[in-house]
Amino acid sequence: MALPEIPASLRDLRNLLLRGEIACRDVAAAFLQRIEKHNACLNAFVHLDAEKVMAQAERADERLASGGREPLLGIPLAIKDNLNVRGDPCTCASRILTGYVAPYDATAVARLRKAGAVFLGRTNMDEFAMGSSNENSAFGPVRNPWNTDYVPGGSSGGAAAAVAAGLAPAALASDTGGSIRQPAAFCGCVGLKPTYGRVSRYGLTAYASSMDQVGVLAQSVADAALLLEVIAGHDVMDGTSLREEVPPYSERLEGDLNGVRIGLPREYYGEGLDKEVRESVQGVAGLLAREGAEVVEVDLPSTRYAVAAYYIIATAEASANLARYDGVRYGMRVEGADPIEMYGRTRAKGFGPEVKRRIILGTYALSSGYYDAYYLRATKVRTLIRKDFEEAFQRCEVLLTPVSPVKPFRLGEKIEDPLQLYLCDIYSVTANLAGICGIAVPCGLSREGLPLGAQFLGPALGEERILQIAHIYEALRGPFGSPPGF
Amino acid sequence: MQGYDVSIGLETHVQLKTRSKLFCSCPTRFGEEPNTNVCPVCLGYPGTLPVVNYQAVRLTVVTGLMLGCRVNLHSKFDRKNYFYPDMPKNYQISQYDQPICTGGSVEIEVEGKVKRIRLRRIHLEEDVGKSFHFGRSSGVDFNRAGIPLMEIVTEPDISSADEAHAYLVALKAILEYGEVSDCNLEEGNVRCDVNCSVRKRDGSRELGTKTEIKNLNTFRGVYRALKYEIARQIRVLERGGTIQQQTLRWDDEKGVTVALRSKEYAHDYRYFPDPDIPPVVLRPEEVEAWRESLPELPSRRKRRFQEQYGLPEYDAGVLVAEREVADFFERTVAEGAPPKAASNWVMTEVLRVIGESGKRVSDLRLRPEALARLISLVERGMVNMPTAKEVFGVMLETGGDPERIVRERGLAQVSDEGELMEVVGRVLAANQKVVADYRAGKKAALQFLIGQVMRETRGKANPKAAARILREQLEG
Ligand SMILES: [Zn+2]
Repeated sequence: MALPEIPASLRDLRNLLLRGEIACRDVAAAFLQRIEKHNACLNAFVHLDAEKVMAQAERADERLASGGREPLLGIPLAIKDNLNVRGDPCTCASRILTGYVAPYDATAVARLRKAGAVFLGRTNMDEFAMGSSNENSAFGPVRNPWNTDYVPGGSSGGAAAAVAAGLAPAALASDTGGSIRQPAAFCGCVGLKPTYGRVSRYGLTAYASSMDQVGVLAQSVADAALLLEVIAGHDVMDGTSLREEVPPYSERLEGDLNGVRIGLPREYYGEGLDKEVRESVQGVAGLLAREGAEVVEVDLPSTRYAVAAYYIIATAEASANLARYDGVRYGMRVEGADPIEMYGRTRAKGFGPEVKRRIILGTYALSSGYYDAYYLRATKVRTLIRKDFEEAFQRCEVLLTPVSPVKPFRLGEKIEDPLQLYLCDIYSVTANLAGICGIAVPCGLSREGLPLGAQFLGPALGEERILQIAHIYEALRGPFGSPPGF
Repeated sequence: MQGYDVSIGLETHVQLKTRSKLFCSCPTRFGEEPNTNVCPVCLGYPGTLPVVNYQAVRLTVVTGLMLGCRVNLHSKFDRKNYFYPDMPKNYQISQYDQPICTGGSVEIEVEGKVKRIRLRRIHLEEDVGKSFHFGRSSGVDFNRAGIPLMEIVTEPDISSADEAHAYLVALKAILEYGEVSDCNLEEGNVRCDVNCSVRKRDGSRELGTKTEIKNLNTFRGVYRALKYEIARQIRVLERGGTIQQQTLRWDDEKGVTVALRSKEYAHDYRYFPDPDIPPVVLRPEEVEAWRESLPELPSRRKRRFQEQYGLPEYDAGVLVAEREVADFFERTVAEGAPPKAASNWVMTEVLRVIGESGKRVSDLRLRPEALARLISLVERGMVNMPTAKEVFGVMLETGGDPERIVRERGLAQVSDEGELMEVVGRVLAANQKVVADYRAGKKAALQFLIGQVMRETRGKANPKAAARILREQLEG
């Protein structure tokens, strides 16, 4: 059967569906076919039930026929494997959650479901979202669709690769230290990390609770805005979710740059930044300046402590968050003579090396005698970083920075040197430490033909503004194109 | 013990009277099938988050206000990390360095001496599940996991097992008064950890090495464990030994404390602020509103009972020990019963029934208005005391109205002159020898004859009237 050409934007796809020019089941079938064709190579999906997908699409067609007009009716979406979808596995790409079936929907998932979305499948990731190359997965690494010898970034590598390769129009994912923005940059798609608390974390399997945030990967800023509109808003199941009203982001994208002040933080353009990345992001600044924006330099002096603070806080929280995987109630179990032995064996077999490394780091940082020197000091750095941003946002509306100091690298190239990989998170972890919002947009290709990304950062609840500016930039830039062969 | 000072501190875990658990909406009902009052949140499923039950915070603040604590408008929750199969998340959400209440005290009275036991803090935390072991396998019931507990920590001000017991009794009364806990010991609503140390009274100011006895769930257990442990420590010191700092368990059957393996308690809990729960911020106005709606506490109520109702101190003390009992008494008086009579009935009959049946006053079918009417029947001479007690028994069974029970069962007191006269005649005729004894000066024989009249009337005769008529007949 010849399947229809799927339009690039969610709005166009929705219009075709509403006009009856295309059926939800044909859309779903088209994506299933693409997944079937490419997933063996990309390894972007780790769980997919084609029958279940088609059943959802059939239901969406029925809804449409009976006048249903939900904002995402019949739109297929991929879901990162750390978000609970009722009745689906949710393994976080870890052996330890083998056999676990989610008994409930994450709030963001429930909102997408209510909006009529069709869930395509679960995307690969670094185990428990710990990593930035998607090489730490129990299901094996994901490959970058632009060049399959390269990593897609992480931890949402599967979601980014799927969206970039057109295996899904968009994906729901999570960002704790750059896990949406960095793979978006590496794969050439848009990645939005909302303000901490803007989207409920209920149902997102926790890595570092004070920084985890649910967000989206999409093919355009407009698509990201549309999805954020659906998933954002207060949730009684998450005590840290914000009560502020959700603006209609997708209707507020148009505007111009006259009088807009864009800040370039000096510390984000210094030593260690790849030359090609620097030039492409500076290109973005130049383009925006030509269109009327005022580009100013600002300071974020505490940036140099950010990676250390991030890895102390994130691993400390993770050491407690991951304690529940003990084989008692769900997931994998390796029996032992007593509970303590069972825990030890289960966890030794269930967790991969990077997860173990972070649990040990975090346990150490919280240990009696070390707490003040590590955890407490890291929280003080965090306060300083927050203050830096507050001051910077007095001087400009958004910040423009690279997403990662390095361009996409080859599989296996850095995995042996975790510290080097940690240091590469420098430009993305700050937004999580401060709880502010950020969006990554593709801004060029490296010499090797791999995508490079720029990041717009806005103050807490500044989504409307960063989406607007990213949208304007996207229009100025023109179509980014798809990976060759996709 | 002579020559030794004893320092005891208590950590009391009290289950709060909330409908739902501390961080999810599961019910707190007791005694249900294992793992029925559970949900993904209290089972620690991946991705779930705790949301604080505001009622639990309110009840903790109310307790603090009743105990004269400082209520902290800003408090927070922390994670206490350790692995145990009955802990769904392998960390317990508790409060470490910013509890809801600090300071305060509980007044106790032991052998007529009044003493204040200072409190260190009151914090809120979640309960854990319960492990079961069956032969070769084990199971965990998580119904209790996430139930709100308030931990009340004293300073080491308690100096004997008796004081510890008095503290718990006083605390229980206050908590029941404030309706913050049912304090149902059978359901494990109140559990204690006890710290204890002894020191030779030789002028040295250094505290002795302390031991901790964990998880005592009856007041009697606390009392016995402390008696034992104090004696044990003194014995060790008398022999020239030293006390080891250790954690113990009370073996109630053997009546001894037993050391736990160090593995079972030696933890670095690695407390840190729970990032899932924003700090608890209370508004001064809401705390004031709660303060204004506090109930009258037992000590003050006791004084009022003495003054307002003219009750002896003993009566007042017995009545106020339980709020429900005191309420029952006051309602009986409000229904018109004379206070002393009402007090006697409540103290003897009502408390006896409660003691025997293990029921609560509110479970009884007897209503205060009905008791007031029964007392009135006695006061008006309509029934005598033995009959009244019989009617009381029926009222307990059926919840019925006392007048109706008296009428239906023909229990009304016989004061009718003619009727009594006839009975007296029969009794005198049947007991010629006793009559002769009486007339020969053996006045005590009268009591026997009254008894016979009561027997003939199956207790319904008005004893005063019967005595008068008998005397008239014997002496006339
Ligand atoms: Zn629950």
